[in-house]
Amino acid sequence: MTVGLDVAIACGKAVFVILLVLQVMALGVFFERKVSAVIQDRIGANRASIFGFAGLGIVNTLVADPVKFLLKEDVTPAGADRFLHFMAPIMAVVPAVAAFAVIPFGDVLEVGGRTIELQAARLNVGVLYVLAMTALGVYGVVIAGWASNNRWSLLGGIRGSAQMISYEIAMGLALIGVVLTYGTLDLQAMVRQQGALVWGWLPAWGIFYQPLAFVLLLVAGVAESKRIPFDLPESESELVSGYFTEYSGAKHLMFMMTDFVEVVLVAALVTTFFFGGWQVPFLGREGFEIGGRLYAPPAAWLVVPLLQVTSFMLKVVFFTWFQIVVRWTLPRFRYDQLMRLGWQGLLPLGLVNVMATAAVILVWGGPA
Amino acid sequence: MNAVVFFVLAALTVAAALVVVTNRNPVYSALALVSTLALISCFFVFLEAYMVWALQLVVYAGAIVVLFLFVIMLLNVQSEERVMPGVGVVAMVAGGAGLLAILVAYGATRAPLAAFPAVPAGYGSPEHVARRLFTDFLVPFEITSLLLLVAIVGAVVLGKRQA
Repeated sequence: MTVGLDVAIACGKAVFVILLVLQVMALGVFFERKVSAVIQDRIGANRASIFGFAGLGIVNTLVADPVKFLLKEDVTPAGADRFLHFMAPIMAVVPAVAAFAVIPFGDVLEVGGRTIELQAARLNVGVLYVLAMTALGVYGVVIAGWASNNRWSLLGGIRGSAQMISYEIAMGLALIGVVLTYGTLDLQAMVRQQGALVWGWLPAWGIFYQPLAFVLLLVAGVAESKRIPFDLPESESELVSGYFTEYSGAKHLMFMMTDFVEVVLVAALVTTFFFGGWQVPFLGREGFEIGGRLYAPPAAWLVVPLLQVTSFMLKVVFFTWFQIVVRWTLPRFRYDQLMRLGWQGLLPLGLVNVMATAAVILVWGGPA
Repeated sequence: MNAVVFFVLAALTVAAALVVVTNRNPVYSALALVSTLALISCFFVFLEAYMVWALQLVVYAGAIVVLFLFVIMLLNVQSEERVMPGVGVVAMVAGGAGLLAILVAYGATRAPLAAFPAVPAGYGSPEHVARRLFTDFLVPFEITSLLLLVAIVGAVVLGKRQA
């Protein structure tokens, strides 16, 4: 019986995480529409009529868009490799969603004598797992480009693989600085450490210890999600749609979904490493602790985790919004600029950050 | 339960490895290689060696085979012609398989597997691996790093040379 309950709890957490990701992703699509409209001084999509009903404006569009994709004809080009053409969208979307398994969205929920970690899978190598999943995401892009038997697609796929490999290194180096600071590879343990206070009032968030790593991770993360200013794999003004030019219908939707899930993933990683994850400043397991006094909310066992999940969500939504503003503000890099930024900009900065962090910890000791 | 999963995984791994060598299309071979490596990493999960599991995925599946694929696509390698293997190849395969069978049969007569000593707590964790790597195995580790550096310098020199 208890084994069955444990399995049920694990499944429940996995479903919760996936739903959480999809919700933030939907908000991301909403931002994409509305932020782009505001930046370009337009009103934005508001004309979709569902059975004659267009009263909700942009919400109608958000509902109509995926339905349209799902109902469109799914074309496989004549010269394509049918099997790999079918597999590529799956290879793209699965690692992107799977990476969320180790991201903690709350502390613990204590219910009925059980302590449930609010994290789908607690791994002692969580950081490596995230790196592995982002690395596996390359295959979807490369295979889509190759299997389409289209020159635009192939160029997009090759650009994508070179770009993602280059920026993975910067991402890894940024994360080494973070790991040195917290002294663990476990994401939940990292977030717990960020609940401490510096000088009694400043939350010990990673951004105060690792500001350079934050910038590096954000830039490398945006490059990994292949969005403007790093959207050379798709660059619609040169390559039509790059690696997914030859995709239509639901498969095209899956590639777009992958992009948005990766945006949310970058937001979640930045939140977890640098902005205290689910931490609410001054909120402990019992309630708010301000100036040595405890302000416990009623039903703290439920209210505290709810506040934490809300805090995590708000931070993730903020960084999702931020990335979309960046996407609609900056122009695209040229390919040589992209490579120079990755190898001659982010990589040396990442090395400097690792050496400086290690030196500081050696002389003064870590924060923990 | 564990034995069933193990043998299913082992069969899948061998099947994927066979696809690597038998498929005529180099892209399929590379993808089968990724599958083989990913399946091997599953065995590390069984051994509760999560560190090795993650490293296997990051390094082999995430980086090395991506570079293979990149080169295959950049050079536009075409499908290979299938040729009948010569007598020598058949003899080598048969000899290798026979030798393997003899070794397995010999191994089966040895002491049972239960005789392994218990694994100490924290064995194979990132802390443990790092401590061993930077104390007991520091010199081999540094030499390997130097070797990689030499390889990188060599690659840059070759890349800069005018064709």
